[in-house]
Amino acid sequence: MIAATQPRQFILMLEKVNKTFEGFKAISNLTFYMDTGELRTIIGPNGAGKSTMMDIITGRTKPDSGKVEFGADTDLTKLNEPAINRLGIGRKFQTPSVYIDHTVFENIWLSLQGRRGVWSSLFSRVTPERRDRIYEILKTVALDSRADTKAGALSHGQKQWLEIGMLLAQNPKLLLVDEPAAGMTDEETHKTGELLLSLEGKHSIVVIEHDMTFVRQIARKVTVLHQGTVLCEGTVDQVQDDERVKEVYLGRKKKS
Amino acid sequence: MNKSLKVEAGVTAGLSLVLLVLLPCLNAFTSDGSWLHVSDFTINVYGKYFCYAILAVSVDLLWGYTGLLCLGQALFFTLGGYMMGMYLMREIGTLGQYHQPIPDFLVFLGFSKLPEFWKPFSSFPFAMFMAIILPGGLAALFGYLAFRSRIRGVYFSILTQALTYAASLLFFRNSLLMGGNNGFTDFKFMLGRDLREPSTQRGLYICSGAVLVLVYALCRWLTTTKFGKIQRAIRDSENRVLFSGYTTASFKLFVFVLAALIASLGGVLYVPQVGIINPSEMETEKSLEAVMWVAVGGRGTLVGPIVGAFAVNAMKSWATRAFPDLWSLLLGLTFILVTLFMPKGIVGLVGQLQGVWQRYSAGKPVVEAKPDESIAPDLPEPVEATKPLAKAP
Repeated sequence: MIAATQPRQFILMLEKVNKTFEGFKAISNLTFYMDTGELRTIIGPNGAGKSTMMDIITGRTKPDSGKVEFGADTDLTKLNEPAINRLGIGRKFQTPSVYIDHTVFENIWLSLQGRRGVWSSLFSRVTPERRDRIYEILKTVALDSRADTKAGALSHGQKQWLEIGMLLAQNPKLLLVDEPAAGMTDEETHKTGELLLSLEGKHSIVVIEHDMTFVRQIARKVTVLHQGTVLCEGTVDQVQDDERVKEVYLGRKKKS
Repeated sequence: MNKSLKVEAGVTAGLSLVLLVLLPCLNAFTSDGSWLHVSDFTINVYGKYFCYAILAVSVDLLWGYTGLLCLGQALFFTLGGYMMGMYLMREIGTLGQYHQPIPDFLVFLGFSKLPEFWKPFSSFPFAMFMAIILPGGLAALFGYLAFRSRIRGVYFSILTQALTYAASLLFFRNSLLMGGNNGFTDFKFMLGRDLREPSTQRGLYICSGAVLVLVYALCRWLTTTKFGKIQRAIRDSENRVLFSGYTTASFKLFVFVLAALIASLGGVLYVPQVGIINPSEMETEKSLEAVMWVAVGGRGTLVGPIVGAFAVNAMKSWATRAFPDLWSLLLGLTFILVTLFMPKGIVGLVGQLQGVWQRYSAGKPVVEAKPDESIAPDLPEPVEATKPLAKAP
């Protein structure tokens, strides 16, 4: 079956990945493929290994065994976080991580695709083209009116959007978004969903989420993780109807 | 932003004029009895404070701007001082106690010939070259290893403290041939000029002040560059920077080496003005004091450390005369009070009082602003005056 799908162009491929933390098997024989341009949602109960999977893809954690490849044949297990980011993998953290002491504009500026060296940063200036690009991104995340506000003064939801904007500024091929709706109001959550949907096709996106309403809004294909491995994959309805999923996840998490 | 920068540049220029031109003139051209006269003692003390301020700026560049609390910054200051000291020791010539062509302590240790590594230090340029290479090289090596291993936070602080402690133990040893616990003293000449002459001291004072202004300007420029922004981004959210494609270790290494060079420069100018350098300057207390100056003055600003260095040292020279036994208690108390009530230090006090006054005059109870909750997402820009309080410590 794998052989049949092999000729397709995967943007991300994890094969038989294992990771153990002091006896705890966080990731167990995980195999995961993702097509270029896909919007994929990953759900799973706490401790299912979702964040560890992100850590492994972004180079924060090295797997004990298995293959992690990006694009045609870039082995991610040999690279560190900045190098992986420069390949075109952007990651949004679960808790909003923005530079609170900088303005919204500067937050995007620092994230803008371009040179990342010490020396070039000493003499880098905001050119008109860069300024236009920054405002374009700020419009996308609805923060253009707050460009000169310090990021620390933004609301929680706005910080989440700013961070998504910072990812977009990097113009990544693959976006990894960890619980973007956490701590948001229903309206903010809905807007976040629309934002992610609008990015579909331009970028390949992986969204980790708990909120099932939000998952319903954005989900195309859902992957359910359980105990560090893929339990099943399919549409939201398929996944919700799956007996195993009901047992380990929905049955336990959802009271109704 | 631009306006406040202009104000700052103006104030800096004005202060520099007073301190670097007016004071030395009053020292040189007025007579002892005149009320306008600035004594040699004052010039000497202020010259020392300039050097402390240079050290303080280097601490703040690491701590306030990059989030790296270095508890061993005095090490680089002292290393610079030692390099200058070696040159000054050679300048003494045969005028030492033993009237030998080698430094007294070497005679005392039974040497009759100058050790090889001492020889090039007869040259002033070489000594200055070493004052860059030695602290810079040490910082580069230590920083490379520490940052590559992702040593952060309190672990970094402890390591820097251990480094300076180890260095002081090394320099206390006579076998290092660097003067042991007595270090170097009894300097006579520098660049052919008598160090005891008021004019020489005045020159050193002006030099120290000028270097401080240059260091200040360099750091101010740095904070406006993208580099400076990344520096503060690392302080506030290192992971975000790392996951944005920046190798944060290189940025931290650059700042660490730069700060070491600045501190070394302070030490170079310090030694001819105080006339002595010994390993006690490397002890951890000295580095902690420098951190104190920054905390009291206001970290994360460039004026803060300078103000702090002057204020705390002025207080020190008064207190150590008035009640010598109580100085360390007083210093500790100051630190506690500043941490509790003045988290932004002396320079942050203005904004703090402004905030209190505005709330008081608006008839509202005085409470700390909590930006995340008090500012609703749809409200317009927060007013300018609340900005100094915007970031809770």
